[in-house]
Amino acid sequence: MAYFLGIDVGSTTVKLCVSDEAGTPLYTSYERHFSRVKDCVLSELEKIRSISASFRVAVTGSAGLGLAQRGGLPFVQEVQAAFTAVKKRYPDADVAVELGGEDAKIIFLTGGVEQRMNGSCAGGTGAFIDQMATLLDVSVEEMDKLALQAERIYPIASRCGVFAKSDIQPLLNQGAKKEDIAASIFRAVVDQTVSGLAQGRRIRGKVLFLGGPLHFLKGLQKAFKETLGLDDAHAIFPPEAPCFMAIGASMSAIGSHEEPLESLISRLKAIGDSAEITVGRPLFSSREEYSDFIERHKRSDLEFENIYKYEGDAYLGVDAGSTTTKLILITPDNKILYSHYQTNNGRPLDIVTARLKEVYSLTGSRIAIRGAAVTGYGEDMMKAALKFDFGIVETMAHFKAALHFNPEVDFIIDIGGQDIKCFKVKNRAIDSIMLNEACSSGCGSFIQTFAKAMGMEIEPFSRLGLFAKRPVELGSRCTVFMNSSVKQAQKEGASIEDISAGLSSSIVKNAIYKVIRARTPEELGEHIVVQGGTFLNDAVLRSFELETGKEVVRPAIAGLMGAFGAALYAKENTEQSTLISALLTESELDRFAYSSKAVTCKGCTSHCSVNILTFSDGRRFISGNKCERGAGLKLVEHPLDLYAYKYEQLLAMPAEKEGTRGTVGLPLQLVMYEQLPLWTTFFEELGFRVVLSDKSSRDLYFRGQHTVASDTACYPAKLLHGHIESLLDKGVDFIFYPCESYNLDEHDSVNHFNCPVVAYYPELLKANNERLGPDNFVMPYLDPNREETTVKALRRALARYKIPAGRIRKAYRAGLDRLEAYHVAIRERGKEILARAKEEGKHVVILAGRPYHVDPEINHGIHKLLCSLGFAVLSEDAVFEEGNLVKVNVLNQWTYHARLYRAAEYCTRHRECDLVQLVSFGCGIDAITTDEVRAILERRGKLYTQIKIDEINNLGVVKIRLRSLLAAIEEQSRKEAAQ
Amino acid sequence: MSEKTSRPVADFTDAYPVFTEEMKATHTILVPDMLPWHFDLLTHVMRQEGYKVEVLHNEGRAVIDEGLKHVHNDTCFPALCVIGQYLDALKSGKYDVTKTAVLITQTGGGCRASNYLPIIRKALRAEFPAVPVISLNFSGLEKESGLRLNLGFIKKLAYCILYGDVIMTCFNQTRPYERTAGESAKARADCVQFIRSALDDGSFARLERNTGYLLERFGAVPIEKTPRIKVGIVGEIYVKYSPLGNSHLEDFLLAEGCEPVVPALIDFILYCVANNLNDAKFYGKRSLSTPVFAFAYRWLYGKQKAVIRMMQKTRFAPLHDFKTLRRHADEVINQGVKMGEGWLIPAEMAALAESGTENIVCTQPFGCLPNHIAGKGAMRVIKTRYPRANIVPVDYDPSATRVNQENRIKLMLATARENLG
Repeated sequence: MAYFLGIDVGSTTVKLCVSDEAGTPLYTSYERHFSRVKDCVLSELEKIRSISASFRVAVTGSAGLGLAQRGGLPFVQEVQAAFTAVKKRYPDADVAVELGGEDAKIIFLTGGVEQRMNGSCAGGTGAFIDQMATLLDVSVEEMDKLALQAERIYPIASRCGVFAKSDIQPLLNQGAKKEDIAASIFRAVVDQTVSGLAQGRRIRGKVLFLGGPLHFLKGLQKAFKETLGLDDAHAIFPPEAPCFMAIGASMSAIGSHEEPLESLISRLKAIGDSAEITVGRPLFSSREEYSDFIERHKRSDLEFENIYKYEGDAYLGVDAGSTTTKLILITPDNKILYSHYQTNNGRPLDIVTARLKEVYSLTGSRIAIRGAAVTGYGEDMMKAALKFDFGIVETMAHFKAALHFNPEVDFIIDIGGQDIKCFKVKNRAIDSIMLNEACSSGCGSFIQTFAKAMGMEIEPFSRLGLFAKRPVELGSRCTVFMNSSVKQAQKEGASIEDISAGLSSSIVKNAIYKVIRARTPEELGEHIVVQGGTFLNDAVLRSFELETGKEVVRPAIAGLMGAFGAALYAKENTEQSTLISALLTESELDRFAYSSKAVTCKGCTSHCSVNILTFSDGRRFISGNKCERGAGLKLVEHPLDLYAYKYEQLLAMPAEKEGTRGTVGLPLQLVMYEQLPLWTTFFEELGFRVVLSDKSSRDLYFRGQHTVASDTACYPAKLLHGHIESLLDKGVDFIFYPCESYNLDEHDSVNHFNCPVVAYYPELLKANNERLGPDNFVMPYLDPNREETTVKALRRALARYKIPAGRIRKAYRAGLDRLEAYHVAIRERGKEILARAKEEGKHVVILAGRPYHVDPEINHGIHKLLCSLGFAVLSEDAVFEEGNLVKVNVLNQWTYHARLYRAAEYCTRHRECDLVQLVSFGCGIDAITTDEVRAILERRGKLYTQIKIDEINNLGVVKIRLRSLLAAIEEQSRKEAAQ
Repeated sequence: MSEKTSRPVADFTDAYPVFTEEMKATHTILVPDMLPWHFDLLTHVMRQEGYKVEVLHNEGRAVIDEGLKHVHNDTCFPALCVIGQYLDALKSGKYDVTKTAVLITQTGGGCRASNYLPIIRKALRAEFPAVPVISLNFSGLEKESGLRLNLGFIKKLAYCILYGDVIMTCFNQTRPYERTAGESAKARADCVQFIRSALDDGSFARLERNTGYLLERFGAVPIEKTPRIKVGIVGEIYVKYSPLGNSHLEDFLLAEGCEPVVPALIDFILYCVANNLNDAKFYGKRSLSTPVFAFAYRWLYGKQKAVIRMMQKTRFAPLHDFKTLRRHADEVINQGVKMGEGWLIPAEMAALAESGTENIVCTQPFGCLPNHIAGKGAMRVIKTRYPRANIVPVDYDPSATRVNQENRIKLMLATARENLG
């Protein structure tokens, strides 16, 4: 009897299957390989000796390709292997979904066979789940159990792990329940599968779920069943799911030659390293070099003071960071009495409370805490809970600490668990701040996640890299990409040492070239202070020095710098006073307790997920809200907010009256955010009733998600799919959305294009939404600057209504007038706001973006946040007409972007204004404009602040940025006042 | 800028070196790698015009790293490759950087590609501030630092593109079937040499004779017509053709035993010309250059048609007929989609599927804006019209690994083999 052997080598596991001639599996196994691919395959092969002495073999899987090539074994593509097995074992299945370690696949079996894999930018896989479990500090199994007890689902960005992390972290910090977060993570995986893989094709009928995660995780199974609306008869979770590809491979082995197991094993053993991976230089060439390095850095240590003996004053600083909590207690001469650094496990408040109790018990009455300051993500909550004297923006805290170590410091880089912060310093003040965009973040904790995936702790894992001989060159982009670079390196046989060193160097490159975007290392500065927990890792520190070619200062308390800065701040602000800190005392702390509850705020249509902490003394702390209403306060009307004004104006645009000709639906997204006045008036003049799509929301996005064809397009574009669905459901006669290569010519740029996505998105909608057809979707090509051809195009598009050209022309002109009136109204309102801001002594922020950035679901209420920080808010289109014409280095050829440049120019001539640029993630054109806007502002001594937005619903990072801006503005005016 | 706005102008531009007439004699012009054989001929023409030119063939991690260092994270991959190649070359020590310039094309369309030039300028400013960037465009951009073109020059370039297309097409149709390994490559070398001589002796315009030679030379290579999987390559112009951009996609397909079907470069040229005419037709955007474009269109299309007629008489499958492509464009999208490669992508997919090449790799740089619509966005329509079409979109990106890309293509090939089955 012949035996068929399928070997599936995935990114994290090795699966084996032995089947007989009929394709019936006789033996299967599933084992994690921890990157030791070859060893694991070999040891798995040892286990099947008892079955037979020879096999016909086929290899499959992403890491199997290299193995097969170098070992000369037959290879079968993994989706194909799954396809073979599905057809044989479940012939009546309609769809098969397979989630693997780092791949996600879908096979449509009926109604046109289609096989798909996830794109190169995609989370929602096993590795993503692992990463999330690490974040929650539970095992994947525990996370699964938690998920089954969930009561509610939070929206979590599903596109990639980094994004999801930025959503989850604040939830954890706010005290949301792990059960709910776990379930939300699984829900995010499902969403990713639906939007990223199905791409416009519905998953329905009998669905087969394959792969390890879908087999082992009941919570994930539940999420899939619920989201796809499948009952038990239609959701099939086969017992052999984890090894399905291996089974398929064994079936594909029919065509191979029979080979003795011995020769197979010896062939695999003979596989050596391949030369294909790129190798960097070793971190240290010798032990001596290493010890010199260690000696040098010892110089930047703080002194310690004995907490058991010390008597006198002390200052407390706490950094409630996103993934870790840091705490430090110093003496007036800056000696450390006590310090603590801990992963906050989602319960930062518990940690600080416990540590504080410890401090009190160690010091008794010998020490008087004069001042206490808190910084970081959890600042507000800590301050409220434990009554800290001060809160300080984390950027300022880090700066204060760095100054202490090097008064000449001109560049600070902080790499923490999930974010990178860099500041340039000029004249002992922060000159510019760079925070990582959501895309390249998460690097510090990436090593941790990876170490865990290798079955190691982070410390020994990164130490392995110190003396690696051939560090692999991995990518320098987001972690998802790095995952696949690691996969490639593994495939090529790189050792753990080499990968560890490679990861350290990747983090550094990411920081230098992606976050700081330095062209040459000289640009960074002369006196560099590096800090953040990640730099405690010597491999990362060394990589940084090698890459920059500079010796830098890394304080021994690199991980505590935020807390140290906060302590210094507390000291500076209380040294003159004799008061004692308001911080909860030992006895108060003993009585302190709190409970947390998550609710949905019903204050407005935003439906923020709000978390309420109730403290034992009856006080409450509310977080997650975007406005005062959610915080239980009365909503302050913000008349100095042009964004709110614009949005209201647009929503009120259609007159609620019956039409004589019929109903037209206008989707309020992309170009309609600019041209709504034009088209509303146009259609109303012609006797149509105008109906707008529903307001944007996450739910609306989900409604259209199944028709999204390209998941890397910007969020505004992807939202449009939901708007179309909402109009279809409203039963309008037709939806109107024009294709416009050219936008309105405002006579200030070389050309006046729309961006390609704005210009042609209707084509994509038409092609991917089966409910749209020529009758209910009218999308003429027109150039709004050219009346003659536009009238013609509109007449043709509305041919069935037989409207004479003259009437169309008249309506079109009326529309243009209305658009002009709308523009004038915005400018007028802008002037009013400026005048009022002047009266009230408020600083003005020109929140510059695109017209569609007034959508609250797109801007996530950033304008409200600005108002609550005491700014007045203008939009770019309120001021650009007052800006001079601008010559820039790049080709100035898009209408909206020309406005940005002029708005920036305007800003440089107005002391009371600063500009914050909103950029949608995935906006390729802003990759060009941002540098120019920055150049315009900085050349004339203005600060540049950029905020990248996506579906991420959390303003934590944004708030830090804006508060840093506020601090910098205050600093500037203080300096000016002093001069 | 129009005079309608009377505001003063604030100049935020940085000074940059201009490519002057005198530099023609002193400077070596570096050209990025895109279509090896076309570029061989095109640079030959430039040399005849008195330019010193060199096509870059450097690649590897160092090139990508240079690109990463000097280009914004979210800028398209092609810009990154091109800039990486320039900087890597300039740093290699092979060139006198005081006497070197670099060349880039600009289409002037609404996609980011027209901005490659300023991006390159910015990248060079940091380390090679004296190196001028030369623009090759037909839209009147960069007048002072453009390549000075005259009609004779342009005509020669056009012929070279056509010959390059014939050579590329015939090679791809011969190489997988050659009886003796290396014969097709020999034929290709002979053909390139033949056209070079034709350029030298002025007989380059004898289209029939020259094309005839190319077809005969490749026709003389003995082949064995074993059934092979044909795989079409469409997509963004740079990653579609450039081996550096697409990780040697053609070679990979050949190694997999497939016949790569790569649509001609002349179609992209015609596409750019047609878009100007469409603007005039759709929006009444007529200008002095409209009749020039109309003439260019008729002339180029006439030449393409002549080549097609000749190819039809041989064993070679001809180039696509551009009018057929436009017809396809109207069936699956709209010729108004004119940014980037726009309607050309789905039109080529449809033309490939209709002419029996149902397996298609749609190459795109990660995050390419026009490709959202014309690439991934249009696939569903193609699949509805051509149910047997087997299309795989592949993203190219500095960090997307070959494993990932090849795995996806292998999946497409597995389906293809089944269909061939």
